[in-house]
Amino acid sequence: MIARLLLNLRVVAALGRRSVRQTFRRPQLFAPIIIFPLLLLAIQTGGAAGAVDLPGFPRVNGFLDFMLAGAMIQSTLLAGNSGGIALAVDIEMGFTDRLLAAPISRFAIVLGRLAGTAALGAFSALFFLAVGLVFGVQIEEGVLGAALMVAFVTLSAIAFGGLGAAIALRTGRASVVQGLFPLVFVILFLSSAFFPVGLMLEPAATVAEYNPLSFIVEGIRDPVISTLSGEAFWKALAAITAIAGLSLGLSGLALRRRLRTGG
Amino acid sequence: MRALERTFSGGVHAVDGVDLEVAEGEIYAFLGPNGAGKTTTVRVLTTLLRPTGGEARVAGHDVVTEAGAVREAIGVALQEAALDPLMTGRELIRLQATLHGMPASAGAERADALLDRVGLEAAAERRVGTYSGGMQRRLDLASALVHEPRVLFLDEPTTGLDPVSRKTIWEEVEKLNRDGTTVFLTTQYLEEADKLANRVGIIDAGKIVAEDTPASLKAEIGRPHLEIGLVDGAASRAEQVCAAFGRPMPEKDGKVLVELERGAADVAQVVRALDEADILVESLDLVQPTLDDVFVAKTGYHLEGDDEPESGEEAIVE
Repeated sequence: MIARLLLNLRVVAALGRRSVRQTFRRPQLFAPIIIFPLLLLAIQTGGAAGAVDLPGFPRVNGFLDFMLAGAMIQSTLLAGNSGGIALAVDIEMGFTDRLLAAPISRFAIVLGRLAGTAALGAFSALFFLAVGLVFGVQIEEGVLGAALMVAFVTLSAIAFGGLGAAIALRTGRASVVQGLFPLVFVILFLSSAFFPVGLMLEPAATVAEYNPLSFIVEGIRDPVISTLSGEAFWKALAAITAIAGLSLGLSGLALRRRLRTGG
Repeated sequence: MRALERTFSGGVHAVDGVDLEVAEGEIYAFLGPNGAGKTTTVRVLTTLLRPTGGEARVAGHDVVTEAGAVREAIGVALQEAALDPLMTGRELIRLQATLHGMPASAGAERADALLDRVGLEAAAERRVGTYSGGMQRRLDLASALVHEPRVLFLDEPTTGLDPVSRKTIWEEVEKLNRDGTTVFLTTQYLEEADKLANRVGIIDAGKIVAEDTPASLKAEIGRPHLEIGLVDGAASRAEQVCAAFGRPMPEKDGKVLVELERGAADVAQVVRALDEADILVESLDLVQPTLDDVFVAKTGYHLEGDDEPESGEEAIVE
């Protein structure tokens, strides 16, 4: 039993390493995770920095302090989408069959992909933290706050990666998962990722207020712009847990269906 | 397997009551055209697909209730080598070793040995996407051998390969079999089945229509056939003339074919009869029975010809 568990953990780690290597070797998968969020961060920080002076804007040291969490969550969402695309490509080219024909837990195939997405999430968090620090971001909660940000982003990557995996397993088509790319931006802009909810117009403000992504973003942003608030922390953790539970459940169902029907 | 069935949604019977048994140490070839049910059968036997009827056991284990034990005993190289073009050859084999529970050091040693065995040691650090089709098939075969499986499934291992690469794969399969590995392969190449297999099962429309050793199957057909190339394309007149000497067979490559009742003894008379009918002959070949003849006798069409029936199920079952 323990030997079987250890084997599956080794498999998850090996598949996670493959997933990370695959992302770095395929620019189409890598670019959305780092290049796109970096470009958007640069454009928004350069063009809308004056927004910090608007009445009702949270008190921040600079606009970049506010935007950093948005860039991280954008990167994480796109990492989940890229992970889904990569899994669908594996299904299309038959690589998944190679894994399914091996004596391992079949859910380890999904967990391996998510382990890779989590590693990419951690990488993205550290990258944007470094970018922020270079350009003058001050993290109010210091090292502990930075560690919390990395942890939230990594966990979010698992949650969003699960959604990508579920769609990939259900459809088996990379084009379908890729087609969700614009939806990622709709969800992002209808959250507090790039703009405070209090300054949004209706109905966007109400949608953003209840968008679980806003809870996660606030959980990541909170250690940067203020002292840690228990409410933001618990709301973020609850949102991540709920999305992760849902996405892993959907992935499991999609995998079972695929195994039962053969496609 | 006993009365094995696999029906897809829409009522397509990809595998329709197949019974067969493969002995340990045997090379068994499943011969049939696209859409016949070969790949579906392999997918059921390798636990990638659940049967909808009947039962199948591989290496003594039921493919449904003991799927894990089956997967430990088998090696699989599926159709269209399912490789990640972004991985290197060595990475792929080491991953495969991990999937089969081998420690990292043992996996590394095994990767070295297998890459050497299939002649890919020089390309081991290159990405698979840069490999030729033959190299990819050899890598696929090597990865299927990582854990020294008792039973090896090869789904159309040489489809699309050039003759040299095909021969290399054949030699490797023969070598593996000599070392004691049971091999179940599917193919649409008659020559492949004839050369490699101890026994051949001919599958058509999901059913086995013939099964025996290649020699026995050919002996069952017995008589040789005459292939007649015509100058002026008077095929229908030639067929009428030839019908007096034996059973007409479906045309192949524009040639008229007739199975001679008395074998070579009839050739001279056929030539005289064609001459008397003013039919100009361009070529005349007396062909000993082949697996193609067996296939024609059992299904009514050539396996490697252009006159096989259209299969609307191809995309689903193959």
